[in-house]
Order: sequence, then structure tokens, then C-alpha cells
Amino acid sequence: MLTLAAKAPLLVAAANGCAPGLPANFCHQHSETSCVARNGFFCAGWAFDNFDRYTGPFFKHLWIVVISVAVGFTLALALAMLSHRHRWLIPPLTGVTGILYTVPSLAFFFLLLPITGFGTDTAVIALSAYTLQIIYRNILAGLANVPPEAKDAGRGMGMTERELLWRVELPLAVPELFAGLRIATVSTVAIATLAFFAGAGGLGDPLYKDITFKTNVILAGGLAILMAVTLDALLLGLQRLVTPWRRVRPA
Amino acid sequence: MTELALPLGFLDAFRGAFDFIFHQRDAVTGGGVQVGGPAEVLHLTWTQLYVSGLALAGALAVALPVGLVLGHRGKGELLAVGLGNAGRAIPELAVVAFLAAFIGIGLRNVTIALIILGIPPILTNTFVAVRQVDSNAVEAAAGMGMGEAGVIARVELPLAAPTIMTGVRTAAINIVATATIASIVGVPTLGKLILGRDTYGDDGVLAGAIMVALLALGVELALAAVQRLLTPRGLALQRAGVGA
Repeated sequence: MLTLAAKAPLLVAAANGCAPGLPANFCHQHSETSCVARNGFFCAGWAFDNFDRYTGPFFKHLWIVVISVAVGFTLALALAMLSHRHRWLIPPLTGVTGILYTVPSLAFFFLLLPITGFGTDTAVIALSAYTLQIIYRNILAGLANVPPEAKDAGRGMGMTERELLWRVELPLAVPELFAGLRIATVSTVAIATLAFFAGAGGLGDPLYKDITFKTNVILAGGLAILMAVTLDALLLGLQRLVTPWRRVRPA
Repeated sequence: MTELALPLGFLDAFRGAFDFIFHQRDAVTGGGVQVGGPAEVLHLTWTQLYVSGLALAGALAVALPVGLVLGHRGKGELLAVGLGNAGRAIPELAVVAFLAAFIGIGLRNVTIALIILGIPPILTNTFVAVRQVDSNAVEAAAGMGMGEAGVIARVELPLAAPTIMTGVRTAAINIVATATIASIVGVPTLGKLILGRDTYGDDGVLAGAIMVALLALGVELALAAVQRLLTPRGLALQRAGVGA
């Protein structure tokens, strides 16, 4: 079946069912009922025929991840900038974000349910709370690693503290900031497979529904891992784009 | 949800959950089955702690020696660091689903899966920690006549301990979280309450969530204390800005 699928590019067009013009028995053959019945390692035919079951959850998953990381990033950046100026805030904020990070997401969802109700909001709150610590710590580390000479140079040029933060310190902290963003994004893609327990849908929904069907587990799990890897690569590319000076190597 | 149901209605839910933890009651499904109460809740908590502890110990037993040797020789950076990055991308639910579909259910399989899940953060942190050990300290030890094993055990391991413990804490968080979901594949952890609304009702679900949160925080606090104990005095002073 696999070799047949590889030889027939038409099958890609047939992803949502039976393409017209194929032999009448092809669809039946292609559905691989026997493979599904014996729960084979990966029923490629079934996967082609049923791929549309995963597109909706895939994009919902992506949406949840993007919103959660965006919310978490905004909050963490604000908190990091605040505690960069007011150092006494660091221990309590590290403690609180650490607690949010420690509570397993499944428990977090169900703790929030009575308060925020069943739905996407609950999932986004829990997931963005989870990203806070990772991003917050990384931005702080990045700000701490800024060379004092760079800050002195900025001050010498007559920059105010605010200008120094936005034009010297934050740009130089971008590598650590992106490192945090990438870790947070990859982890959130993984944890968002549990978001359907909070009523938010996503790839966990099809994964959990048919948890013993091998093809389903490979497809749904594989799509989640693929999403994590792709987003990670995109963020890495974005980082290179916004830090052009890092590409110039001093001789 | 556009409006938050703040007007304190949720407090009743939490009251119900605590009632579930402290008092036995009839199951939602009826039939004279009793659920909840300290005996059942503590039993599930203990199972989860036991499985998690076993898995963490197993992960340590594999990842610590490998990380120490790779870090000491400065080899296998790609493996050690890449594994840590890859480990983050694997969903907890996918691990459990993989067990259910491919390996089989039960305590032994779940423990093995949790061990594998715990290895990447410990291995990566051990490797990085050993690489970051002050090379002067290593050379001094070698100059005093210590062999390779002595350097690893008596110089690199103590100096790397705090960073290794950070990896152990990450591993523990992942393991406890995944052990919660392991109730799907036949290990009665607190996830049995969380995912068992049909039997335990809303109170049981929330009680499970509360217990899981407390368990995870307890484990984290305990490991943070271990981390402080394992931090060599000299290193702690150096980090506090004394000496150096």
C-alpha cells in the first residue's frame, strides 16, 4: 500500500476522500480496512482518506499556542522590564512564576474551570501562565549579560535610562530573549495537546479519542511535534533577522 | 466565556472538592460504591509519588553517569544538548498515547516511559554543568595526583551539582505531570480523579486537581531544598559575591 501511495501523486489530491476518475475498487482498497482492523503500524491509506479530521484541530492548536505565547511573552517582558528597574521584585516574581510553572497543566486546567469556565480562555490562561517563568528568566538573564561598556557608551552619548533600556539593553538581550521564546513555544505546543480537557480543542482531541489506534497516535502526535519543530525554526530565522549585527564576525 | 463568573460561586466548587478529600461519599454511578475520603485520595497520591520517584531515580541512574563522562571528555555535545531540546517537543499526552497504542499498559511500561521522559533534562544539564566547571579546579586536582574518576567524582560532580539539580527539578516536573495522565493507561494516579468525572463527579475532579498541584509543589520544594544542600559552600559564597 505504501509503495502504491508513493507512486501515485493523485493520492494527495484525494486526501479528503475519493478522487474522481480512479478505478471503482481503488477507494475500497485504498481505505485499507484490513490494516485498520488489525491496527497496523501505520495505515497510510486511512491517513490519506481521513487527513481532514486533523486539519481543524491542527489550526486550533496553532491558534491556542500563538495566543498563549503572545500573552505570556507580553506579560513576561513587562515584568522583566519592571524588575530590571526595581530589583526587589525579582525574588517574589521568580517565586510566583515558578509556582505557575510547577503545577501540572492538567491540574491547572481543572483548577481554573470553576472560575473561568469550560473553553479556550481557560486553556490560554493556563498555557500563558506556564510560559511566564521561562521567558521572564531568560529576558532577565539577557539584560544581566549586557556588557557594562555598552551601557557606559550609551550613557556617554547622553541617553536617558529609558533610551538605554530600549536602544541598548533590550537589543543586546535579544539572543537570550529568543532562547526563552523558543523554549516556551516548543513546550506550549506539547502541553497544548491537553487543552481539549479544558474545552479548547486542538490536536489532543483526536489523539485522546482513539488512543489505541496506532495510525491516529502517529498522525496526531507527529503533527504536534512537526508544529513544534517548524515554529522553533521560524523563531530562529526571525532572531537572525532582527539581530543582523550578530552575523558580522569581528576579524 | 466573555464574563468571568467571579461572584464567588466558584468557592462552593472548592468547598465541595475539600469535602471529597476528607469525607467518603457515594459514587455518581451509584450501586453502593463509596468514593473519595482520605483513604482513597491518599492512596492515589502515594501511587503517583511512588511511580514518579521510581522514574526519577531511574532517569538519574542513566543520565547522571552518561552526562558526567560525556561532559568530562567534552564529547557528544550534539547528543546531550540535542536530546534536551527534542525532549521538550514531545507532548505528555503523546507519550501516554504511544504506550496505549504500541507498548501496552501497566505500571512497568509507564515507569519505563517516565524514565525515558526524565533522561533528557538531566543529561543536558549534567553535560553543560560539567563543561562549565572551572578548568583551574580540574587542573589543580589533576596536579594533586587525582585520576580521571577522582576528578569526576570529587571535583566536577560537586561543582556541577547545582546545575544538575536544576535539570532534576525539570525532569521531576515533567514526570509528575505525565504520571497524572498515566491513569489512562492503567496506573491509578490522581489523574484517575481528574479524568473520572463520571464516577467521582465535579468535586472529585477538582479534588484531584488540587492534590496534583500540591504534590507537584511539594516535590519541587523538596528538590529545591536538596539543591541548596548540594551546593558547595565555596560556590554559594562565590555566587553571593563574596570572594571570587
